[in-house]
Formats: sequence, C-alpha cells, structure tokens
Amino acid sequence: MKADPSGVLTGTHFLDGDQACGEGALTAGCRFAAGYPITPSTEIVERFAERVPLTGGLFVQMEDELASSIAIQGAVWAGAKAFTVTSGPGFSLMMEHVGLAAMTETPLVIVNVQRGGPSTGLPTLPGQADVMQARWGSHGDYEIIALSPNSPQECFDLTIDAFNLAEQYRVPVILLMDECVGHMTEKVVIPPADQIEIVPRRYTQRPPEEYQPYHPGPDLVPEMVKAGEGYRIHITGLTHDEHGYPAITVEAQQKLVRRLVDKIRRNADAIVRCEEHQIEDADVVVVAYGITSRVALRAVQMAREQGIAAGLLRPVVVWPFPEKRIRELATRARAFVVPEMNYGQLVLEVERCAAGRAPTVLVPHMGGTVHHPEEILQAILDLRVPDSGAPDSGVPADVAR
Amino acid sequence: MSSVINMPAPPNPVEEFLRSDRMPHIWCPGCGIGTTVNCFARAVRQAKLDLDKLMVVSGIGCTGRVAGYMNLDSFHTTHGRAIPFATGLKLANPELTVVVYSGDGDLIGIGGNHFIHAARRNVDLKVICVNNFIYGMTGGQVAPTTPVSALTSTTRYGCYEEPFNLPYLAESSGAVYVARWTTFHVRQVAHAMVEAFRKKGFTFIEILSPCPTLYQRRNRLGDGLGAMEYYRDNSEIRHGANTKEVGITFQGPLVVGKFVDIERPTYLDLMNQQLARTLDAKYVGCTEEHVRS
Repeated sequence: MKADPSGVLTGTHFLDGDQACGEGALTAGCRFAAGYPITPSTEIVERFAERVPLTGGLFVQMEDELASSIAIQGAVWAGAKAFTVTSGPGFSLMMEHVGLAAMTETPLVIVNVQRGGPSTGLPTLPGQADVMQARWGSHGDYEIIALSPNSPQECFDLTIDAFNLAEQYRVPVILLMDECVGHMTEKVVIPPADQIEIVPRRYTQRPPEEYQPYHPGPDLVPEMVKAGEGYRIHITGLTHDEHGYPAITVEAQQKLVRRLVDKIRRNADAIVRCEEHQIEDADVVVVAYGITSRVALRAVQMAREQGIAAGLLRPVVVWPFPEKRIRELATRARAFVVPEMNYGQLVLEVERCAAGRAPTVLVPHMGGTVHHPEEILQAILDLRVPDSGAPDSGVPADVAR
Repeated sequence: MSSVINMPAPPNPVEEFLRSDRMPHIWCPGCGIGTTVNCFARAVRQAKLDLDKLMVVSGIGCTGRVAGYMNLDSFHTTHGRAIPFATGLKLANPELTVVVYSGDGDLIGIGGNHFIHAARRNVDLKVICVNNFIYGMTGGQVAPTTPVSALTSTTRYGCYEEPFNLPYLAESSGAVYVARWTTFHVRQVAHAMVEAFRKKGFTFIEILSPCPTLYQRRNRLGDGLGAMEYYRDNSEIRHGANTKEVGITFQGPLVVGKFVDIERPTYLDLMNQQLARTLDAKYVGCTEEHVRS
C-alpha cells in the first residue's frame, strides 16, 4: 500500500538526521511514540511530538526507557504503528523489551542514536559501540533486524524501511544511527505519498474460532490481530504454543525459538542490503557502516589515487549480517579493512565470514569523533604487496587481528 | 449393576470468563488469587462490560498469571511493566477498558515507578493489586509490602524494612479511586471493581490475600482458612479513612473500605483539551481511527 498522505511532508527540506527520522516515522504511518529524553536522540521525538497532533496520534513522554519500550508494545497491540528512540544508556534499559517484542512477535521500531560509551560515556559525541548490543543485548536466542543510515536522507528512508521490515517479519527493528548522522544537516527529499511503499500489518482474515496467534505462515511469520476485536488473544513472554498459551516444555521451546530465529535467517537474502563502491576489481575491501562509511569512502578514493584497487562495502542492513557477500569477496579480495567507532565489533563478523581466506584488519576508534580518512588509508597502504612479491606482514600490532 | 446418576452439574457462573482449557491453574490450595478472579468475573458481569473491549494486563508473579486464565484479550508482560504496557494499549485505543491485574511485588516493587507516574497522569486504568505481603512465585522473599517483623526467606530473623502503605501511595500519587479489601470481603471486592469500571481515571484496589504456602506457613499463621479468620476478626471498615493512617502492621488491625473517590480529568481529557485549545481546528485528535495501522 502507499503512504497515508496525512503524515507525509512532501518536498525538499534541510533537516538533521534526527528530524528526518521523525518525519520518516510519520511517513511510515507511525502514530504513536513513547520516549524518555536522552542526548543525542531527543530531537526525533521533539519533531514527532510537534507534528503528530496534526496528523492524528500521540507522543507520550514516559518515566523511563523501560516504560517507553513497553508502552509502544501496548500501542502496537491496540493497532498502532509505534516507535521509541534513545541512546546507549536508554538502549541498555530497553533490552528487556527487545526480548519481549522478539518473543511476542510485536512489530516495532527502536531508534538508537549512538554516542560514546560505556555507561554515560560521551553524551554529545558519536560512537558505534552498540552494534553488538543491538544484535545480542537481550537474554535468550532471538534475531532482530538493524539498519544503519549514513545521512539525514537515509535517516528518513531507512526509518520507513525499518517500519516496513518490522511489519513484514513481526520483529523489533533497530535503527542504529549515531550522533554525527543524527545532528548532521543536509538536504532531505520527501517524495509524494503515492510514491512511498508501506507494508501494512499482516492482519488475519480468519474468524476467531479458526485463528491461532502463533501459527506461522510459509515464511514462518504468523498473522496478527489487534486487541478489542473479539479474538480473545493471550500474549505472553513465556515460551508458548501456537495458541499463545504458556508451554513450559522442551518441545515448545525447540519449536518456538527455532522459528523466531529461522524466520529471519531463512529470509536473510531478502533482508540483507549493502551499498558497494568499486568492489568489482577491489584488492582491498573496506567494510564500514553508518557515518564511518562516508570517511571510508574518502579513504578508498585516496587509495585509488595512489593506484591501489580499494573498494567499499557498506552494510545498510547491519543485522542480519551480509554473510554471503563477505564470503564471496573473501575468495577474491586480498584483505578486508574494517574501520568502526569502537574497539572491534562488526570486524568479528567480517573475520568470521572471511574464515581465514583473507586477513581482516581493524581500524578502531574509541568514539568522540569520526576517523581521519588517513587512518583508514594507512591501513590500506600497510596491506600493499611489496615489490618482492612476498606479502607484507607490517600490519601495526594494535590493529592486527 | 450400578446405576449412573446423570445429574447435570450446575453451570459455573464465572466459567464464560475463564479459559477452561487452561485449568487446572497454578495457584496453591488456600491462595486468595482465585477468589479475586471470581470477584472480578462477577463484577464484569454486573457492570455489563463489552467483553471484546475488556483487556487484562498482568506482569510477572503469581497474580501475574491472572491474564492467562481470563477468556479475554490478555497480556502477560514483563516483571513490573504491566502499567506502561497498559498505558500504551489504552492511549492508542481509548475505547478499550484496560485492567491491570498484578501483585504487590510486581506493581509496587519492581514496577513502583510506573505505578506512581500512571497515577499522576491519571491514565484511565483499572489497577487491581493482590497483596500477599511477599514474593510468592520465587519462594517467599521479603517484599516492599512485608510487615515489620514478618519472617520471609530473606528475612529469617524478621523483616526490619518499613513497608509501603499502598492506599496512601496511590492517593498521594493521584489515583481517583482507592479501596482496600481482603479476600474475606468477596462482595465488597466485586462491588469495588464495579465502581472502578464505572469510574474514569486511575483506580486502585488493593486486595489483601493469603499466601498459605509461604507467608502463612513461615509465620505460623495457619492455612488459608486461618487467614480468613484473621481478616474477619481484625478488619475494620472505615470508608473515607485518612489513607495516611491505614498502614499495615504484622497481624495488626486491617483498615478496609473505600478511601478515595474523586473526580479528576484523565490524561487523554487533558491532552485533548490542551491541543484543541492551542491548535484549534488543526488538531486532528487521537482515537483508534487515527492510530490504527
């Protein structure tokens, strides 16, 4: 279906990433947000709270992030599309309800505008150190989807995609922004509503007597209902059977957890998305995401100017990770260089998928500002094959993996 | 040859409200939670509520299991978070009647912050708190409601923490209706629930209830019946009592009754008024129609 025009501010705007994200949510049909203020994410809900009374719907400021991340789940079961936004410390509190949403298959979006951590860290400065937390932060086995925009335009576009993916797979979707992208102001084009594709909620057509809340379809995703329509659903965070009833058995656990994970794993090819620059002949593949990908692109250009066949692979969808693509590239690229604003997180995934076929070099940055392109360039240069033909082993010790 | 007596069992008046396919329930013999559910079903019937629009939201714990046994749209959420879940449910569809049904540890211990803020906002939620003075599901640890000197699995030498006085907490946080009864007072409990259903705003009913397995036994207070006798002999009905004075002491007198019944605009009333006043015709409003996906 197409976007509801009431929420779409069609036109060309000059917006920061946070504001663009707020507009993306309205465009996606989100009419309910709950949040607790935290730098550098707050502008998203400020924008949403200002605009939503004009489109129908509401923003409620909750007492903390625990409350925000579950108030939106109540709203979703009442029939709304809903989201909450936060940064690292609040994201940690929300982990409880990432798990609940995964377990109850409640479609929703959580935006994390990453700042430097751990703990209170660098409230006003960027980081990318929550990327593993986004994937693994709540207890138990589950899968989520995470997207990583690198511009205000993408903060708008990927927010819509996040809502669409949440509905398609009935999972919590995390938009992993960072302080730079959130506070960077650029041109943002919002198309007419009839050019924006929206995935509607997958409501069942079955009558209540034939409906089972957790009976999956062929893509392993069950159909949904909303509260108040006579289906008498029971929704629980306990391990449950297809009827939604608690089932504290080994069999029910096997069946449910496998499906919660497999519905993402088996559909990974449809979810994974990468942006690629000069990968075709790349000898050295730089893998970077979010704001770091923009610095990395400059480093790749500089390497090309020096005659080195460098390329950039940018996971737009960070989770599920583009495993297949990395495996393919590992068979023909000589090395991977992974700059990220942390001390080594997504590099572990690159290394896992490269599986020893190509060395993987981390270019870490503890956050607070972005890399210098020269730092990434240096890592590329260090991988040059000397004229003698023997591989260069001169990778700096502190970045070698 | 033996004859078969084929007498039809009399219909259970609350059966239509229960998920019979989930019986037997997990509650211990003598536990008061089932009694409160019986009262709830009778109150729902008496108030003639539209069952399709009636929601039960629970947290975690023994009382947290209530949602799973009610044949209604029901949500068994995370520990302490029933109120914020219910807040989202209610605000996104104001036509729903949203009941929060949980225990003292869930609502007031881990969920205390949500409790006071929902009361402050006056979100239209019907909060039913079954208070058994203890964390029952986990084996009887001290709770924020445990009376001083009571024995629990983590206060083997007697509790020395001052407990919350729940009606006082609810009133001072902004609840528009506050009552306390015990599971001995089944008619009054059901009546209070009917009153809460008819009231707009954040209502709070505390129901004192025995935990024979852990609280009664560890404190040598007898079984479920012993608790009923205690409730009968020590309850003093004082409607309109000053909630500051209704705190509970170990095996002391129990002040019960309806303490608070006031009018105050709800969160949605105030939001709609404020936005309509400021935005005039530009304010679209917030109903299920507006937020549905």
